[in-house]
Amino acid sequence: MEIIGIIIVAILVNNVVFSQFLGICPFLGVSKKLDTAIGMSAAVTFVLTLATLVSFLIQKGILEPFGLEYLQTITFILVIASLVQMVEIIIKKISPPLYQALGVFLPLITTNCVILGVAILVIQKDYNLLESIIYAISTAIGYAMALIIFSSIREQLTLTKIPKAMQGVPIALITAGILAMAFMGFSGIDQVFK
Amino acid sequence: MSNNLKVLINGLIKENPIFVLLLGMCPTLATTSSALNGMSMGLATMFVLVCSNIVISLIKNLIPDKVRIPAFIVVIATFVTLVQMMMNAYVPALADSLGIFIPLIVVNCIVLGRAEAFASKNGVLSSFFDGLGIGLGFTVALTLLGAIRELLGTGKIFSMTIFPENFGALLFVLAPGAFIALGYMIAIFNKLQKKTN
Repeated sequence: MEIIGIIIVAILVNNVVFSQFLGICPFLGVSKKLDTAIGMSAAVTFVLTLATLVSFLIQKGILEPFGLEYLQTITFILVIASLVQMVEIIIKKISPPLYQALGVFLPLITTNCVILGVAILVIQKDYNLLESIIYAISTAIGYAMALIIFSSIREQLTLTKIPKAMQGVPIALITAGILAMAFMGFSGIDQVFK
Repeated sequence: MSNNLKVLINGLIKENPIFVLLLGMCPTLATTSSALNGMSMGLATMFVLVCSNIVISLIKNLIPDKVRIPAFIVVIATFVTLVQMMMNAYVPALADSLGIFIPLIVVNCIVLGRAEAFASKNGVLSSFFDGLGIGLGFTVALTLLGAIRELLGTGKIFSMTIFPENFGALLFVLAPGAFIALGYMIAIFNKLQKKTN
């Protein structure tokens, strides 16, 4: 039951984009077209799950036993940066078509705050390994959902007439605000699973 | 000196990180639920930006070109850890309300962007002014957005009552208000800039 609660909260109630404000830069950057949005979502899902797993093991296996918790930020960002680089090299060797699809998004992911954010959040929330992985995957699903909904709306927006000063980012932000309002409707739904 | 002043003004207006470059959106939206929160986040980022700009411009000739990005990240992460520890020690309530966004200064694209675009190519003094200018631009933008959201949401600015709280639209303190307020602010900034050109 608790696991279902984590999934529902991470996807709908505390949606990573609309209520936690993580990963806004790529959210605005790659959401102009639906297919780039899908590529980015896939890359985020993949890296997020892997990075959460690795950083969780490092926190529990190295930092905590040796009392080095204050090195958390610096360790995690280095692990994530090298992990992304490694994934890029491996995918390039193993599966060129996958690299074609995800390649351009991978370098961008290092500075995507979703990855570091979730890695730190699962430690703060005191989740165990299984809960952390599930939280990471559901966050990624929430991110993918937000990106895909938003990019579909933005494709339509290009066809409408918008005042000059509002074109581009301003109208995108206001659209995101209205979407965030819609997502607020889910708040409280998690009480059912407690 | 006039050159340094130009670098400073450039960061504040012409290359304002929020309104023009559109960088560092996550902390901008997340920490501006009040003017005080926005300003503290801006100042924390400015501290990291100035320090990392100085250190990177000092050691730029020692870093091999191929590993420069990881080296920059280590420098930035060091200062972020410093800020995190200082805030936890002296202003724990503020550190609590900014929460996860303090460690996330590491991945703020503004900081790494200035290291790569400016500090790694320029001298110590002008890097210092660049960090100060961009940091001020960021702080001003965050404080302004925080003040507007706080005023519309609760009728206060820096916890000083302007109009009774009952007339406030709570929406602006919540998540959707962040997106909407920032959207309109960028639109207004665009309009003003077009006029001055």
